[in-house]
Amino acid sequence: MTALEPTKLDRPRIARDRSAADAKAAKSVTAKLRRAEFGDRLRSLALAAPLLVLLALSLGIPIVLLLSRAVYDPTIADALPQTSQALRGWNGAELPGDAAFLALAADLRDNQARGTAYELAKSLNARLPGARSQVLKTVRQLEAADRPPLEVMKAVPFWSAPGTWPVIESGTHSVTSFYLLSALDLRWNADGGIEKVPPQQAIFLQVFMRTFFVAAAVTLATLILGFPLAYLIAAVPKGLAAILIVAVLLPFWTSILVRTAAWTVLLQKFGLVNDLLLWLGIADDRLDLMYSRIGLIIAMTHIQLPFTLLPIYSVMRTIPASQMKAAYSLGAKPFTAFRRVYLPQVFPGVMAGCLLTFILCLGYYITPALIGGASDQLISNFIANYVNVELNWEMAAALSFILLVFTLALFGIFARILGLDRLKLV
Amino acid sequence: MLLSPYPTIGERIRITLLWLWCGMVILFLLVPILVPVPLSFNSGAFFIFPLEGISTRWYAVVLGTQRWQSAIGNSLIVAFGTTLIATMLGTLTAIALSDEKFPGRRIVMPLLLSPLIVPVVITAVGSYLFYARVGLASTYAGIILAHTALASPFVVVTVGASLTGFDRNLMRAAAISGARPITSFFKVMLPLILPGVLSGAAFAFVTSFDEVVVVQFLASANQRTMPLEMFIGLREKLSPAITAAATLMMGLSIILLVVANLLARRGKQRPRID
Repeated sequence: MTALEPTKLDRPRIARDRSAADAKAAKSVTAKLRRAEFGDRLRSLALAAPLLVLLALSLGIPIVLLLSRAVYDPTIADALPQTSQALRGWNGAELPGDAAFLALAADLRDNQARGTAYELAKSLNARLPGARSQVLKTVRQLEAADRPPLEVMKAVPFWSAPGTWPVIESGTHSVTSFYLLSALDLRWNADGGIEKVPPQQAIFLQVFMRTFFVAAAVTLATLILGFPLAYLIAAVPKGLAAILIVAVLLPFWTSILVRTAAWTVLLQKFGLVNDLLLWLGIADDRLDLMYSRIGLIIAMTHIQLPFTLLPIYSVMRTIPASQMKAAYSLGAKPFTAFRRVYLPQVFPGVMAGCLLTFILCLGYYITPALIGGASDQLISNFIANYVNVELNWEMAAALSFILLVFTLALFGIFARILGLDRLKLV
Repeated sequence: MLLSPYPTIGERIRITLLWLWCGMVILFLLVPILVPVPLSFNSGAFFIFPLEGISTRWYAVVLGTQRWQSAIGNSLIVAFGTTLIATMLGTLTAIALSDEKFPGRRIVMPLLLSPLIVPVVITAVGSYLFYARVGLASTYAGIILAHTALASPFVVVTVGASLTGFDRNLMRAAAISGARPITSFFKVMLPLILPGVLSGAAFAFVTSFDEVVVVQFLASANQRTMPLEMFIGLREKLSPAITAAATLMMGLSIILLVVANLLARRGKQRPRID
């Protein structure tokens, strides 16, 4: 009996060598092809160009323009050219000289003549609460012209208050970090350092924390509800699995707005959820679920459940049942087999589902607007409110900036660790 | 299957609990979307079971009043416009990306998918700001442009999937036989990837038809779409007409997406030539 042929013994090594050689050859061939087919590449780029241009126009430019508003606000600089001039070389510590007061008086009168005084007052007010009424009052007094402008300016205590001129001075630089800092409840102090704003003015960190909390709670709830169902669908025979998948996809295919509408009906005081809670004896009295945090989390969990479940299911589907049987036959207890054989393999799917749901939750707008109460509004609702109600584009832009940084960072992690293929949900 | 051939009692209990839990999750998934359906046929003006009686009066409101009719019309204009542009451009892009010679796929792919990830309020507010400057605010063109950005990823992905089953040698064969690229596209490639293209179109249509945030910022008072009317209605006062509108919208999305998925499944199968 001769020894086994080396090919049979060393198959893995030989295969490895061969594939390495193949890869090397293929590489040099592709390199040559690449050089030769430059024209083809240009043509395929040209095919994709129309959509890329459209995305740049409908998404890229609008977002860049919006974000630029967070750091670039020329309103004050444009409105106060003479004051800008007069403040050049000002040390910022004590009150500026009379020349600056006179320049500001002249600028204010010019603004009144041009009809831009209100806009200026609003812009100053965004950075210095209370400035609006002071500006408008001073403008009226200057217009009356019964006293010299300097006297008018000195007579309004606001213009000699310690905090006023530094804000005006910073406003005369069109580029500002004021809004981005404000979005994180921070501000510049008198010494040029960054400090927290006083607690009564701090709002945004709380809103960001709330958004993260709701996103985390919804992610956890979808995982607890979705993981066992994904497991079941992957384990049952094909026909039953198809029916169960339809049960997941039907809500998935219904728009967020329609599902939010359905939940506003269900969560009413005399709605189905309260009926159920009473009937089960969980609650003694009808609860106020509408306009509450818990109602919001329930509705968002319902909407996000398929997003968490489907990536998990698509991984579970690929794991053969024989693996668990093998683990049992080797003596593993069910829990050990699950933890050491099954879980490590489905982990990428779990990560993909949870990360996707978390990312999408950060941007929720419709559901908090309709189901959340005043203290359940998420960061997107604040952005919309700054645009629609406060007309403060700079603040909306700064909040968008920070929300987008978080979202894209998480999306980057998703793409890097898990790959974009896991975004395909069906 | 779930149970081993000789299940222990512990195993039986675990499997029973699993079924119970999953049954509850399925109810949680399905009941909320089914509840508006019977309520929309309620003859009373309230959202409470049991129903007072069966009537189609709320459908008469949605389909018969001028406000809702114009909303449905606007929704159709925007959705068809979006579908047309997103399907054409998305298909071209998917073809370009399926070519292994496409440069910079690792950069382009995340860019193409980013509309799915960027919070829609940011897209909406940004478009509002930009379109106001270039004269596209309160125009159908502006809304369609913004919706095309949101819908195109679905077309790129579904057409891309159907192209993985497409044999590029067929295009080479067509070229050797003397067909110009445009001819071989329409005569060879398009018929084979058509299920994928139609499926992408259905996804695009539903994406646009269901969208409400961008519309809220971009639409003028007489460009309100059906979802926007619903949103406004939900904010002002709950009327059962909303459940009727919700049922109609849900029916449309589900029908279109069932068709889209059946087509996508057909498109993924390797096309055969007899």
